[in-house]
This record gives sequence, structure tokens and C-alpha cells, in this order.
Amino acid sequence: MIRVILPQHLRTLAQVGGEVALEVPGPVTAQAVLNALESRYPMLRGTIRDHETRQRRPFLRYFACAEDLSHESPDAALPDAVVRGEEPFLILGAIAGG
Amino acid sequence: MSTVRVLAGTRKGAFILTSDGKRKDWQVSGPHFAGWEIYHLKGSPVDKNRLYASQSSGWFGQVVQRSDDGGQTWSTAGNTFAYDGVPGTHQWYDGTAHPWEFKRVWHLEPSLTDPDTVYAGIEDAALFRSTDGAATWQELSGLRKHGTGPHWQPGAGGMCLHTILLDPANPLRIYIAISAAGAFRSDDGGQSWKPINKGLVSSFMPNPTAEVGHCVHHVAMHPSRPDVLFMQKHWDVMRSDDAGESWQEVSGNLPTDFGFVIDVHAHEPETLYVVPIKSDSEHFPPEGKLRVYRSRTGGHEWEALTRGLPQSDCYVNVLRDAMAVDTLDECGVYFGTTGGQVYASADAGDNWTPIVRDLPAVLSVEVQTLP
Repeated sequence: MIRVILPQHLRTLAQVGGEVALEVPGPVTAQAVLNALESRYPMLRGTIRDHETRQRRPFLRYFACAEDLSHESPDAALPDAVVRGEEPFLILGAIAGG
Repeated sequence: MSTVRVLAGTRKGAFILTSDGKRKDWQVSGPHFAGWEIYHLKGSPVDKNRLYASQSSGWFGQVVQRSDDGGQTWSTAGNTFAYDGVPGTHQWYDGTAHPWEFKRVWHLEPSLTDPDTVYAGIEDAALFRSTDGAATWQELSGLRKHGTGPHWQPGAGGMCLHTILLDPANPLRIYIAISAAGAFRSDDGGQSWKPINKGLVSSFMPNPTAEVGHCVHHVAMHPSRPDVLFMQKHWDVMRSDDAGESWQEVSGNLPTDFGFVIDVHAHEPETLYVVPIKSDSEHFPPEGKLRVYRSRTGGHEWEALTRGLPQSDCYVNVLRDAMAVDTLDECGVYFGTTGGQVYASADAGDNWTPIVRDLPAVLSVEVQTLP
């Protein structure tokens, strides 16, 4: 199972508590994880990546295993620790405000 | 006794304010969608428990919400707003061509006859319609493609389609307004459109009387006289008696004719309300006095309504969709401010009371009168 941690607003929107656990058919990439996430929680479509281009929304980042994966290819394999379910795939909103 | 439900969209969520027909004691429900910008929420006139809400965020984009129980519970609806065909370009702030890009929904206008049909005015300006309760959206692209689109440009708040008026006497007639393009009318249910801006004068434009490019802030109509329109333009309060074919200025004795909101009394089609704002570079009331101005003559002659409103040190703004009226015998008038107050008058504007004082900045106010 792939573990995904959503930002608080998206947890509220999807009506989930903590982490989300997803079955993701291999190869496990950011694209595959997001496809599985949006399939399970259709209300998240368009909130993480653009409906049409599938590009990450500008103020969101993808982290895993203490690495920023935001600029990796969405088709690149995620770290083994994520694939084994030892580490979560984090979707973060940029820190901003004032 | 009737119930009044005020729907307030704010920078950080939606609030639903409820009172009986006396409109003295109010219950506040919210924030719904806490932390999200709620540009607009509005109820269907034929099923008052059917509400639609535009929820958006700089981080997470656009979400549309729908309620079937008057806002007690909500479910997410469709949020795909795909322009029809190749969107093309409009003018950017510097006059260069800029591609059309979806940003957010500014206004949701439920059909007058079908609770599952709802129109959405979006930024970058276009009109969408759903006929399945907001599950899917189709652009009425005749508006964007009728020919003047490349000359439209964003106002300071973005290039938004913010006003949608459905003609209760003619189901094929729709009016819309865009900042900064102007007002437009369709007489065939939204398939084809024409600009209706004759008589508007905008000194910031190279040709102040051009067919399009005007920064229309809001347009209002009384349902009993759908050919009579009232407009608060960037500067100037305007009136049309021929369905927008021509406009005349009716600013009269207003202390300033800049402002955003304009609305019409529920039972007196010649009684109008505006909130004058000092200028486009100072978005607050003149002299720090929050005053609603009422005209009982369809414009030209205006009286200041001040009872219950702050008359010193008040520097809030009242945004374009943040005024509404109820339909009780004694018409109630409501408006929200960027300072988070929602003011109500249960006597057509003579006296005002804040329903709430400390909400996030109010973006929109709508009212439902429930039996």
C-alpha cells in the first residue's frame, strides 16, 4: 500500500482523517499515485494538478524520503521506501500568509 | 412567519445567517469550507434548499459545492471548466495578447425554472452552464467568440464575468457583464451575444466610447421590468430603459459615482441602492462615512442613508456582489463589507444594524426569503 499525506484543506475536502492508503499498480510513480488518489477521491480532481495538462498546481509540492520530488518527471519511479509503504508520499501546500 | 436566509461568501469561508421575518435576531452558521475563498453562493428560486457555492483557493484551485438542504450539508460538484475549442487571446494589462486561462468562478446564477440548471461566470471571462445540478459544465462560447473577445482586458481584480441576469419574462434573454469588457445580451438562450454599451463613457480607454473595454462593476434589474437595467460602472451610475441598447448617466447628486454594488428594491422598481466609494485608488467610503445612497426616482436624485452605519473612521469597501434584497412586505436590504460586517435594514434602508461584525472580508451577499 502506498501512504499519502494530504494538506489539511484537501483532507477536509476528501473527508479523510490522517494518511490515505492506496493500492497503486506498478510502476509506482507520482502520476500513478495521483491517478489512484483521484480515482478513490474524485473531489480532489483539479485541486492538486490541472484537469487537462496534469501539471502540478504551482503552490503545491511533492516530498518523500526527505527529498523534494516536485520537479522530477511525473513518470519517474518513486523511492523504494515509498513503494514498500515505509515512507509516505507527501503533498504539501506552500507556506504563505501574513 | 417567513424566514430570511442570508448567504455570505467571504475570504475564509461561507456563512449562513438566518432570522425570522422581524429580522432582529440572527443565527450564524459557519464557517462552511473554512479557510477557502467563497466568491459566491446562491440558492435556486424554485427549490430554495438547493444552494450552489463557488469555493476556491490559490493553492488548490476551484471547487464547486452543492447543497440540497439549505446549506446544512454539502457535496462537491463538477469543477471542470474547459473552454470550448482553442481559447485564443485577450488583451493583457500592457495591451499585449494573453491566452485565456481559467482561474475561478465569480458568480453562480441558478435558473429561474429548473433547480438543476445553473450558470457560472468565470475568470478569465466566459459563461458556463450546467443542466445536471453542477455535475458537468459547458461553455456558452458564443459570448467569447462573438468577435470582440481579443479586445477585452482584465480589471484590477482580473478579467471576470461577474454579473448574470436572467430575464423572467423571456427565457431566451440573458444579460451578463464583464470587467473590463462591458455588458452583453443574448436573445437566444446564450448561443449568440452582442455588446450593449452604447452611452457608456470610460476615460481610461483610448476611445472612451468604444463598443467594448468598459469596466462595468455590477448590473441590477427588477424582475417586473426586465428591460430596465441599472449599472454601477467603474465611475458613473447608469440606467437603460431599452434592454441595454442605450445608457444614460443617473449619478446625479451622489458624493462620488465610483462604487461596486447596485441593487433595486423588491417592490419598487424605481428605488435603487448604491454605496459610493471615494475613488478607484482609494477603495473606501468618502470622509470615512459608510453611507448607502437610495434613489426613489430611478436615479438622478439620491439620499444618504446613515442611521446605524458608522459615520467616522470607516474605511471598508463593499464589493460588487455584496448587496441583496429580500422580498418581505417591508423590503430588507443587506450588504457586506471588506471589514467583515454584514449590515441589514428591515425597513428599506432607513435603519441599519450589523448582523455580524467580525467575519473575514465579505465577497458576496445573497438573500433568500423562505415561506
